[in-house]
Amino acid sequence: MTSAPPSDTHAASDPLRPSDHFESEAPADDTTASGIAQPKLGPVGYLRFFWRQLTSMRTALVLLLLLALAAVPGSLVPQRTSDPNGVIQYKAANPDSYQVLNSLGVFETFGSPWFSAIYLLLFISLVGCVVPRTKHHFDALRARPPKTPARLQRLVGFTSGHAGTDASTAVAAARSLLRRQGYRTEVYGDSVSAERGYLRETGNLIFHTALVGILVTVALGGGFGYTGQKVIVQDSSFTNVLTGYDSFNPGRFFDESQLVPYSLRLDKFTGEYQLDVIKGKTQPTDFTADLSTRAQDGEWKPAVLKVNSPLEVGDTKVYLLGNGYAPVITVRNPDGVPVYSGAVPFLPQDANLTSLGVVKVPDGLAEQLGIIGFFYPEPIQKNTGAYTSLTPYSGDDSLLTLTVYQGDLGLDTGAPVNVYSLDISSLDMIAGRGADAAPLELKQGETAQLPNGLGSIEFTGLKRFVSLDIHHDPSEGWVLAFALIAISGLLVSLFIPRRRVWMKAIPDAAGVRLEYAGLARGEDPGLAAAVAEIAERHQAALGEPGGGTDAGTDDGANDSASPERRMKS
Amino acid sequence: MTETLAAYSLVAVYSAIAVYVLAFIVYVLDLAKRSASAQAAVPAVAGAGSVASAESLAYRPGATGVLERTVVAPAASGASRYQRTAFALTIIAWVLHVGGLVLRGIAAGRVPWANMYEFALMGTGVMVGVFLLVNLWRDIRFLGAYVTGIVALLLGLATVNVYIDIAPLPPALQSAWLVIHVFVATLGTGFFAVGAGLSIAQLLQERREHGKPGLGFLRTFPSSTTLENLAYRVVVVGFAFWTFTLIAGAIWAEHAWGRYWGWDTKEVWTFIIWVLFAGYIHARATRGWRGARSAWLAIIGFSAVLFNFTVVNLLFKGLHAYSGL
Repeated sequence: MTSAPPSDTHAASDPLRPSDHFESEAPADDTTASGIAQPKLGPVGYLRFFWRQLTSMRTALVLLLLLALAAVPGSLVPQRTSDPNGVIQYKAANPDSYQVLNSLGVFETFGSPWFSAIYLLLFISLVGCVVPRTKHHFDALRARPPKTPARLQRLVGFTSGHAGTDASTAVAAARSLLRRQGYRTEVYGDSVSAERGYLRETGNLIFHTALVGILVTVALGGGFGYTGQKVIVQDSSFTNVLTGYDSFNPGRFFDESQLVPYSLRLDKFTGEYQLDVIKGKTQPTDFTADLSTRAQDGEWKPAVLKVNSPLEVGDTKVYLLGNGYAPVITVRNPDGVPVYSGAVPFLPQDANLTSLGVVKVPDGLAEQLGIIGFFYPEPIQKNTGAYTSLTPYSGDDSLLTLTVYQGDLGLDTGAPVNVYSLDISSLDMIAGRGADAAPLELKQGETAQLPNGLGSIEFTGLKRFVSLDIHHDPSEGWVLAFALIAISGLLVSLFIPRRRVWMKAIPDAAGVRLEYAGLARGEDPGLAAAVAEIAERHQAALGEPGGGTDAGTDDGANDSASPERRMKS
Repeated sequence: MTETLAAYSLVAVYSAIAVYVLAFIVYVLDLAKRSASAQAAVPAVAGAGSVASAESLAYRPGATGVLERTVVAPAASGASRYQRTAFALTIIAWVLHVGGLVLRGIAAGRVPWANMYEFALMGTGVMVGVFLLVNLWRDIRFLGAYVTGIVALLLGLATVNVYIDIAPLPPALQSAWLVIHVFVATLGTGFFAVGAGLSIAQLLQERREHGKPGLGFLRTFPSSTTLENLAYRVVVVGFAFWTFTLIAGAIWAEHAWGRYWGWDTKEVWTFIIWVLFAGYIHARATRGWRGARSAWLAIIGFSAVLFNFTVVNLLFKGLHAYSGL
């Protein structure tokens, strides 16, 4: 450091910054302190010391970098919250590293104690910095711009000029000019001290406070919401009560009475695709679910649900996540009495909607029956004899192939069982590849006899189904509001310059000699140009032809502050 | 019709790559020439003390705004014929590049940024656009070799490895947010790219200023302080865009997936990048972290952006699976 800016330019209106902010006073030279016994710190002293450490720029910076680093593992391994099946697969594939990573909480990175510790410390540090700064900024907003430094020559953009008026006229003109440009002004003798850009600090504080707001609303607000999933088959309906859901994840403070009762019915589902038969590629282009909704005791009203456009109904938002075919299957006993009948959602396995489904018939037949079925909307037989689907569109040819098992379905243990999978450990295959009978193949309307005289099975009809996500999150709007406040504060704090400008009038024989200079508070590359412009306008206002600054008024005004020129002037 | 336009688009992109490579070669020749002439000029400069004194003045506190111009001056006046040629070539390549992009968009009948090839095409186009834009404000043609080098490389990799034919938008991408979210993300990327280039130049320059042997052409570059200030201005704009990307992405996620934030891999990396650049901005304001350390953060941040675009897109599982591959 060759020379510090004149100390009288530091004023009460300066933003309060942590001691290691680069604009704060440098700490006292260590050489003078070494050798002197440091005073012992008491408990309060230590607390104060740690608080100062925590709220310093350096700590905030290290915590920020740690936060970035700690988030990385969350993207490398699957997360329970976003990809639970991925975690199960990982466990199966790498049991050893799973043990280690699981005990470290890496599968729940973003809820893990170490990740939480980092962001909580960061936010404590942030609050510890923002609160005193806010108080200080309130005071600064009422403070007067600082005294004019004795020598302006050493400051940014120093220019001088001359006017044939007296000092008080020059001062009054400068004051009104600066005020018009949004400066706060104060007259000190024959000089004007002006400051602008308080919004920069305001924006900074708003940005950081809004971040705290986001954190708090996310943490608290999420607890009042809930998320549920539901598969609805065409012509059937769903009612928004707890038992209506296939799966349900309540927030911490959820209460069943929060559920607003309403009903949803799927009337029709349309999937549109672009087919590229040569490359065998199928691209979905549109999914539309025509629904009917009904409030409690109300009428059914039509509604349309699409991907990217959720349906708002009864305090919830409904999202279209998946869709597929649901063949209607009827199983009859040897006497022809139906023992099972229903539309079974088949889960799509590829882009052409080759789908897989499971039917379980526990009662009514001589044996419990389990069926694994494949559905091909537009079947085509491969050389191997296996089928595949050519397009996702169904028609008269749509084919159902069924592998049939008999034995114990395992439904009597009371343990929850996945309806989409069949546990074949205590079942015998009676029709299928490798069994005595071939797999059953049915087109719509066709009936086949089950082996061993068990009865018959019919492919009665074809319906569509949709899988829906149903959400209620009261904090969403708040989070968005805070996010928008944060970005506005950020823009203001990054792009509004905070600067001081001084004009000094020194009476001489022919009138007054005018001096101008500025001082940047924070990043401000445009300061020199701004001072030059003020000088020019001020002198023009005083009636000096062409501004008449020594530094020139043409495009070169930008260069007026270059050191070479300054030394010449 | 679609296929013809798509083919023309590809021809335009190939031509753009060729011209970018040409521009890169001429930029490198320019740098080599500067190294040679800078070495020849050393005694004279040291004797006259003009450059040296200008730079030493650069460290006068409170005079940041002043110095940029002084020190940029030698670089600006030093724009050689090579550099001017290379810059003209860059503009020609960029016009071809934008042409390719527009044709692709017309052929597809939608915005041309819906799969990885198109992201690459668009992202590199914006990078060069930002480079040209910043040049209207400050002369940073000295970064030409860096920008054209990276862009030619990325474009080449994209056309060879991830090119796919035009496909319609899947329902998940049919949203106005595709236009906004992705476009602003590429804008942020463009500014981060130029900022990282300036930070690399800053680090090299700082090394030289500390008396270590450096590349000769650095003598004709602005001082490390000027480079740092320039880098900061550029990165801050990128940061503002990135913040917007994050918010717009969250709004879209809420529309499409029913939650505004779910720590999907792409979301995690967008967050990491945001935090890294937030760290950069704090580092710039922290004593002991200004200068080289903050420059490293800008470079690490941009590396994370590239990582997010390449490795995360291709190898990581997640909801943002729109590479089209």
